[in-house]
Amino acid sequence: MLELDSVTAGYERRAPVFHGASLTVAPGESVGLLGPSGCGKSTLARVAALLHRPDAGRLVLDGTEVRAWRHRAPRAQRTAVGVVFQQPRTAADPRLTLTELIAEPLRATGRRAEAADRVAALAPAVGLTPDLLGRRPHEVSDGQLQRACLARALTLRPRWLICDEMTAMLDASTTAALVAAVETYRAETGAGLLAVGHDRVLLNRWCDRTVDWKDCLTAAP
Amino acid sequence: MTADHVLRALAAVSAERAEGAVLSVRGLTVRFRLRGGRTVDAVSDADFDLGAGECLALVGESGCGKSVLASALLGLLPGNAETSGTALLAGPEGGAGTDLLAADEKTLARTVRGRRVGLVPQSPAAHLTPVRTVRSHLEETVRALTGTSRRARREAAETAAERAAFPAGHLDRHPHELSGGLAQRAATALALIGDARLLLADEPTTGLDRDLVDRTVDELRRHADEGRALLLITHDLAAAARIADRVAVMYAGRIVEVAPAHRFFGPTGPRHPYARGLLDALPDRAFTPIPGMPPELSDLPEGCAFAPRCPRATVRCGTRPAPTAGVACHHPEQPRA
Ligand code: SF4
Repeated sequence: MLELDSVTAGYERRAPVFHGASLTVAPGESVGLLGPSGCGKSTLARVAALLHRPDAGRLVLDGTEVRAWRHRAPRAQRTAVGVVFQQPRTAADPRLTLTELIAEPLRATGRRAEAADRVAALAPAVGLTPDLLGRRPHEVSDGQLQRACLARALTLRPRWLICDEMTAMLDASTTAALVAAVETYRAETGAGLLAVGHDRVLLNRWCDRTVDWKDCLTAAP
Repeated sequence: MTADHVLRALAAVSAERAEGAVLSVRGLTVRFRLRGGRTVDAVSDADFDLGAGECLALVGESGCGKSVLASALLGLLPGNAETSGTALLAGPEGGAGTDLLAADEKTLARTVRGRRVGLVPQSPAAHLTPVRTVRSHLEETVRALTGTSRRARREAAETAAERAAFPAGHLDRHPHELSGGLAQRAATALALIGDARLLLADEPTTGLDRDLVDRTVDELRRHADEGRALLLITHDLAAAARIADRVAVMYAGRIVEVAPAHRFFGPTGPRHPYARGLLDALPDRAFTPIPGMPPELSDLPEGCAFAPRCPRATVRCGTRPAPTAGVACHHPEQPRA
């Protein structure tokens, strides 16, 4: 279970972006969170991905409450969640090749030895061909880079996947391909998904259920 | 009628259209020479016409060459680009036309960009200077384009804002104080100042919410309805379906199909296998991706560039299909309905 309970978060202590947002994703479930841009849904996604400490409220991951965020979070919790953002250009280190990018989480957790096998398995799963793997971000298209970012999110085999507007910049075919890659991974592993976005048609088609942002805000002051 | 007759009739129709065209593009080709002798064929042999009051949507995935085509029309290509072909922009009030590809930078800067071709940019935030208010942007553009007196400038700026449905009460704000939608309207207002007959919108809805996408393209449609020619460059098929009269599909630098929008998005459907695959990928249709990825523009195959991904490919596809009746394909799909 991924439980967000009455979460208040923002970037200034006195002016949170939202108050009291709650949302639950069951194991293996896919939930679409719909809302207009600027509403705070991306901030909530960052809380769920352990990247942003909330001002109030709780995040409970598989029964354990999260008490530390970012690099302070315990490794077991950090590696249980994979995340993909809207903008692959700002999410990828421009100095790394796509292979290094995909293997980055293994390197960061001291499992470099597994990198070659894992990259070899993930690249075809996200539709990346071998000739692209040696390139750096500026040498590939947005769609190709986003494929690599999805692969990176899957590298440590997370039980939870957070996709924040993952396909907002992409064409229809690349969108369908990335969604199919996520769903194949979930079918194999039983991972749960929180997909955040503004495209109702897409999220309705993709997810088991969709939730409107305003319906998450149960405990507004 | 024989096939030959049909072709001739079609050629006559497009010739007629070309005469009334605001923009008439023939054989537009853009190559980039890279170090090490590699060349990138960004746009190959593009042909299309665009009339007053008409919206042509140029669709395709990122990197297919559609933004390069737009830059070529504005004379904004980097120095290592080589262009050929013609892009004839009709002259004002029956005056002499201008070949946008042959014009020198001075002509483009003084008489074309902003005056005869208005650009609605991809990211308005990047297009606007952060330290200046919207009013100052507008007045500066009015001054540069028309050289009117200070008072007339103020009026002209306010009129431009109104035409783009930019609220007068926000004119004294800076770009960062605007929502995404208002920033897009401010950029559109700027594009409209010169009263250009051709509006070029390059991915104007990227990153906007669906409601805002709808509003933005509806406004663009309104500007076309006022008699402007609108070239909408987008990867958003829903936006194209909403406002386009015709759709041109680009794949690997070539326009592979041009079709009336009602036929393309309607029950008949597109005829080029790539175009059909792109539509079938939509979440309200089959939601199935086209297998594989587009080829590198620096390493295009001899024949049809779509062949490695095409379910209908045969040996004939090893030679490049010439566009016939709006479709460049050896085995076009039959109409669905
Ligand atoms: S020419 Fe051949 S490979 Fe190309 S789209 Fe048509 S059928 Fe497919």
